[in-house]
Amino acid sequence: MYKYDEYDQQMVDTRVEEFRDQVRRRLSGELTEDQFKPLRLQNGLYLQLHAYMLRVAVPYGTLNSTQMKLLGDIADKYDRGYGHFTTRQNIQYNWIKLEDTPDILAELAKVEMHAIQTSGNCIRNISSDQFAGAAADEIIDPRPYAELLRQWSSFHPEFLVLPRKFKIAVIASEKDRAAMRLHDIGIKMVRNDAGEIGAQFYAGGGMGRTPMIAPLIRDFVPLNQLITFAEACLRVYNRYGRRDNKYKARIKILVHELGRDEYVRQVEEEFAHLLTQPIEPPLAELERIKAHFTGPDFEQGLSDELDLRDPDFRLWVGRNTTAHKVPGYVIATVSLKPVGGIPGDASADQIRLMAQLGRDYSFDELRVTHAQNIVLPHVRKADLYTVWKALDEAGLGTANLDTLGDIIACPGLDYCSLANARSIPVAQKISERFGSAEKQAEIGELKLKISGCINACGHHHAGHIGILGVDKKGLENYQLLFGGSEGADTSLAKIIGPGFTEDGVVDAIEKATQVYLANKQGEERFLDTYRRIGMDPFKEAIYG
Amino acid sequence: MVEVQFRFRDDEPVNDPAVTVDAFSEQSNATAVRIEPGDDARDLLPQLDRLALVEINFPAWTDGRGYSAARILREAGYKGEIRAVGDLVIDMLGHLQRCGFDAFAPEKALNPVDAQNAFSRWDNVYQATAVDGRQAIWAKRHPA
Amino acid sequence: MKILTGNDLKTGAVVWWTGVGWSLDVNESSDVGDHGAAIIAREEGAQNVFASYVVDAEKTADGVRPAHIKERIRALGPTVRPDLTLKPADPDAINWVI
Repeated sequence: MYKYDEYDQQMVDTRVEEFRDQVRRRLSGELTEDQFKPLRLQNGLYLQLHAYMLRVAVPYGTLNSTQMKLLGDIADKYDRGYGHFTTRQNIQYNWIKLEDTPDILAELAKVEMHAIQTSGNCIRNISSDQFAGAAADEIIDPRPYAELLRQWSSFHPEFLVLPRKFKIAVIASEKDRAAMRLHDIGIKMVRNDAGEIGAQFYAGGGMGRTPMIAPLIRDFVPLNQLITFAEACLRVYNRYGRRDNKYKARIKILVHELGRDEYVRQVEEEFAHLLTQPIEPPLAELERIKAHFTGPDFEQGLSDELDLRDPDFRLWVGRNTTAHKVPGYVIATVSLKPVGGIPGDASADQIRLMAQLGRDYSFDELRVTHAQNIVLPHVRKADLYTVWKALDEAGLGTANLDTLGDIIACPGLDYCSLANARSIPVAQKISERFGSAEKQAEIGELKLKISGCINACGHHHAGHIGILGVDKKGLENYQLLFGGSEGADTSLAKIIGPGFTEDGVVDAIEKATQVYLANKQGEERFLDTYRRIGMDPFKEAIYG
Repeated sequence: MVEVQFRFRDDEPVNDPAVTVDAFSEQSNATAVRIEPGDDARDLLPQLDRLALVEINFPAWTDGRGYSAARILREAGYKGEIRAVGDLVIDMLGHLQRCGFDAFAPEKALNPVDAQNAFSRWDNVYQATAVDGRQAIWAKRHPA
Repeated sequence: MKILTGNDLKTGAVVWWTGVGWSLDVNESSDVGDHGAAIIAREEGAQNVFASYVVDAEKTADGVRPAHIKERIRALGPTVRPDLTLKPADPDAINWVI
């Protein structure tokens, strides 16, 4: 894992002092709320429906146990005993006091954490594959490149007041676990014919009101030009992204309006110019960062045997574990989606327990996934039963990864001031209806995603089934969408027809699963069957 | 005329009336120009030699196009004054400076103590902008 | 009636204008009539609250009920965490929101 040097530490410490000064000026009245708002947002401090909300960055979703433990302690000391893991691999606290924020940031800085650029119209926290460094299918660990980009994007003076927020994801395997093409810039690390590593750039993806899948804009950027190319992409966006309408200000609209080819032409022209400027870090810097990610000292020659006599454990192993690149190890995903629970929420005690398990059984490493779960990336198979037992006792042993119980949901109208409808109660009802082991075994992989408004924080466009909450004359109403995917086969879900009440939408999903089960061929998932037979049979069953 | 509150240059201040970017190419005796957010700073590149002052206007500080404009002029070798005018806020002063601004004329005067703190806030920086004379952290980590 | 809500500057807590000050309890709200904008200007200027706005509500036998569900959730707390609402001991409190 990356470790701060004196410079990195000084940067976060300076930020704490800067924010402390901004809070002081706000409380003294020197700054009005209108002036303070963009400043606090650049430091992850929102105003939500009930209180201030603080979003803490988890760069590329990677944490050590000391950091994870502190996240639990902060929940107890400054909030109401819990935190919410987000779809951008971060954590947010819902009940923060403005007066406390400088102290919270100071505590975070002591364990090399921060809330820098977790909101605002700037380059946000860089996200990545939650299985990085552990996955059997990766070309290379993507995190050193994400860290290089993290440093470049932190307080980049030219790009702090962009037309709109800007999200970057970096992956390095064929299987996309980070929804890379639904980002403003998606980067896939690849190997060319000569065997060299480079970066493939996609630009102009995103969800929100106008979902778009990012087109490829460059096949191969050599590693010694990575920052320069990113800078060219950002400069064209900063200069020409729309600023007349905040709903048309994301880079996806610029790429769409200019056309992919014209955007590429402008970026290449800017890139050629910027190559004449001494702005690219030397490869030695990338090597320095890479040295932090050489990975744990895995034991060699471990057995792949697992004792699966406990049926609940067997179920969990089947659902929630993934192949590790080293024999004898496994990647374990801890579901934060207990039946009837609040997706992504974890209590302070649960957070500390996961920290302890990460320390004792996963080489001190944990990950946050964009599906709002936690990963123990390097667990010895011999320890897996012990780990699961401890998780299960704490209500963290649910076996439902990628099934109907593993719902992504935004906070919705229960917490969010932008929402039009509540998301969490819908997620709870669905997981109660479909969360049993039998139902999950029958229905299999089905990714369901719920947003409480068209801003799409719950990724409803990318759900095999998506739900969008809207306000219909003061009443909550839910639209149903089918056919989205965020993987290597990225597609956008389509609305199937008129909306439903909260109970109505759960019934409609039940009917949809029946259509799937009646039409499924072989090993088809819900999404595969839907793609083969189309929307009509589903509409007929639901609205019939 | 709004006063220059902070200036980081040793030469005599230029106070020629600034003309628009469009007018500048036609008025061959003009030496000062004012860039609005929608203007293309690159239109000025053929005539940099006769420029002594560039004002870059921020009607709202949250419109960041002026940051790119300043850096583009510096990258092209412009050595004269680049003055930020309009809605300037204390917390962005240091970042403006890093993009090549060397004079600041806020429409409402800023608290001078807070402003000095903002200018000197960051002892180190992660990026090379190549126009602020500062060494990036990566360069300090890997001395040539 | 028209009532006024905002957030306490230091703590962020949701508060309601009572006619003389700010309360956590929506039932203590007073009808601000056409004076909402003037009260907002004065109170925000005095750094007491921020992000304040006027909402429609009705006076019922049980107290003051904001017209829109969003402000009812604001007044009570998250419907999915009854323990964190202003009425943690009242199992029916959520029904007031919906």
